[in-house]
Amino acid sequence: MAKPMHPTPNLDQLETGPWPSFVTGLKRLAKDKDYVVDVLGHLEQSYQTRKGYWKGGTVGVRGYGGGVIPRFTEIKDANGQAVFKDAAEFHTIRVMPPPGMHYDTATLRQLCDIWDKYGSGLIALHGQSGDIMMQGCTTENVQKAWDEINEMGFDLGGAGPAVRTSMSCVGAARCEQSCYDEAKAHKAVINSFLDDIHRPALPYKFKFKFSGCGNDCMNAIQRSDMAVIGTWRDNIRTDDELGQKWFAKHGMNELINDVVSRCPTKALQIKDAGAVRKDGHISAVALDGKQCLEIDNKDCVRCMHCINVMTGALAPGKDKGASILVGGKSHLKIGGLMGTLVVPFMKLDTEEDREKLVELAQSIIDFFAENALEHERTGEMIERIGLVNFLEGIGLDVDPHMINTPRTNPYVRTDGWDEEVAKIEAKKKAAA
Amino acid sequence: MAEAQALRKAVECGVPDNDKYMHPTLLKNRGNWKYHDRPRPGVLHHVAHSGDQVWSVRAGTQRQMDTHTIRKLCDIAEQYAEGFVRFTIRSNIEYIVADQKKVDPLIAKLEGEGFPVGGTGNSVTMVAHTQGWLHCDIPGTDASGVVKSMMDQLYDEFKNEQMPNRVHLSTSCCEINCGGQADLAVIVQHTKPPKINHDLVANVCERPAVVARCPVAAIRPALVNGKPSLEVDEKKCICCGACYPPCPPMQINDPEHSKLAIWVGGKNSNARGKPTFMKMVASGLPNNAPRWPEVNEVVGRILRTYKADARPWERMADWIDRIGWPRFFEKTGLPFTKYLIDDWRGSRANLNASNHVRF
Repeated sequence: MAKPMHPTPNLDQLETGPWPSFVTGLKRLAKDKDYVVDVLGHLEQSYQTRKGYWKGGTVGVRGYGGGVIPRFTEIKDANGQAVFKDAAEFHTIRVMPPPGMHYDTATLRQLCDIWDKYGSGLIALHGQSGDIMMQGCTTENVQKAWDEINEMGFDLGGAGPAVRTSMSCVGAARCEQSCYDEAKAHKAVINSFLDDIHRPALPYKFKFKFSGCGNDCMNAIQRSDMAVIGTWRDNIRTDDELGQKWFAKHGMNELINDVVSRCPTKALQIKDAGAVRKDGHISAVALDGKQCLEIDNKDCVRCMHCINVMTGALAPGKDKGASILVGGKSHLKIGGLMGTLVVPFMKLDTEEDREKLVELAQSIIDFFAENALEHERTGEMIERIGLVNFLEGIGLDVDPHMINTPRTNPYVRTDGWDEEVAKIEAKKKAAA
Repeated sequence: MAEAQALRKAVECGVPDNDKYMHPTLLKNRGNWKYHDRPRPGVLHHVAHSGDQVWSVRAGTQRQMDTHTIRKLCDIAEQYAEGFVRFTIRSNIEYIVADQKKVDPLIAKLEGEGFPVGGTGNSVTMVAHTQGWLHCDIPGTDASGVVKSMMDQLYDEFKNEQMPNRVHLSTSCCEINCGGQADLAVIVQHTKPPKINHDLVANVCERPAVVARCPVAAIRPALVNGKPSLEVDEKKCICCGACYPPCPPMQINDPEHSKLAIWVGGKNSNARGKPTFMKMVASGLPNNAPRWPEVNEVVGRILRTYKADARPWERMADWIDRIGWPRFFEKTGLPFTKYLIDDWRGSRANLNASNHVRF
């Protein structure tokens, strides 16, 4: 039995309504833990005054410089003593989950046991960077809890100016739209940068995210400095049986309104079965005995829309891999940035392929570490120095896939033009 | 013994292989799935090329979970599913079963224990959110409480698939926007410059770093009452709060003047159009804990309008692309103020450089 509860009239109102209530969960923990009684009191004060009362500090585990988010209370009495003394320290331990966030129940139960023993008993599944957030621990218990978590085979995530914990979609494990093994790529990349995760020494944070197709369920394009987004080079695959099944259920109006007219590059047409083009870059799926949906794969940008609507009837091709985009980030400091395409396609089938991905990541991080200003994200650095300087720095050739349009102003010095053309011609010749 | 344990060295193991955490049918068919459908809201049915099938039952959680709740979810997995779960990026839990007969009892159990089954396809799924007052060191508001009040209101939309397309929501407790891009986002918007405690600045803040952090160069070093401190050019200040994390004595959070803004039309997916950033469409809403009714009124109004007016497969951004911004404001009844006209870098790209006008 814990000490009596503080009155929590505001938080009590978050126990009504049908959605699961975190307050009810905290109150249940507070029955046995003085710690959580005071956490609730602390939070109630924020609700009353509309102010936050946690400050950072320095708490860590032996050998690592990050992974723990320290929090100390700022609600003090006249003598400088914590008002909610059992919740004076409320640190979070960030733990990297298995790629795809799969768990067996034994693992979750073991994490719960550790957290009941050493922490508050509050676990967020998951934080916005993808960590298991073990929320609420005293300074004294951080190392003890970490030792047991580490014994389970888990490692700490990133915090501060470091490579951060990554996320990958469910992907190959369950999704027919997966274009590479996201979990394997995730693991290969992240586990190559453990030093940069555990010992923050970069100009600012650096995030990787792995999505298996253009639907980008991990929000990689905008939430990561280096986004690995699945795509394919050959034709969309088709299945006539599933195509006819879809058409029988949905009909021509939906086919036109929801599929054909929503293709962003007008790559789709409805054709009489006999009129479907025979070119190698054409796919077609049967709708009924008479008509087909024809796809010109040269025009298709692999946006995923038609495949999303007609899943199974249409599917990504077989020559799969990923595009790499660099420089996504959120608002601060210069405004949100999307990632920019820097590698249109790379294979990710084998260990060697993934090794190349790690090498690319390494060269980007090395360049970032050398060239970014303090507290500058990769996208901001690229905006400051220009994409071409960045590409030269990491050893990638320019490519028209990287742009929306060529430059719209003449303000550039072009006296190296002939040399550049000669280089391109030489490369063409060498490749031929 | 205690000392020996105290000297334990970290095993720098990184992320584990996920094979052993994965449902056996998923592991067996990894990379070999053929298609999926949705037999009902909250259930995904995947078919592999091998002919194997799995049903994934998705349920909402409160994300910040106590160990009792997690153990309850584990009990359900062991009794009604097959001992494996996974979580989505939006903190929904998924139970995976290889036997269709297990689906209905599993749903009944989850719902009976208070976990709504839904969040799939064209539903309103769980809010991506942050820590807020519960744990963050710089929050303008709470996160879990805002989310609880939003999801209470949107409960039926989570459990049904009645929206034109999927709806992703996020909330963020400061303008850093940890919640991320979404079809509809709620983000703190400060309206007054930071209040500076000049007694503390010299001891707490690395002043050149704070000066460098300001996006509009409004901060400069100054001597105040004989002490080295910082001052803010309040005419230049855009009240973004970027100075507050590196310098807590520059308090930006204000119970009255830290407001909430609503943003719409963010889309990370490449489906149809390229990914889009969300746009601010309302601001000045009070930070009215514990239930934020004014925010919820606007959120509900926008979602109802979208639901009634958008065509199938139109995300929020696609819908507004079709109807245009004037009609968005007309239909939602939201006031279009001068503050919604972009004047940040690259802003002219957001102005109408055409005579395309819908009448």
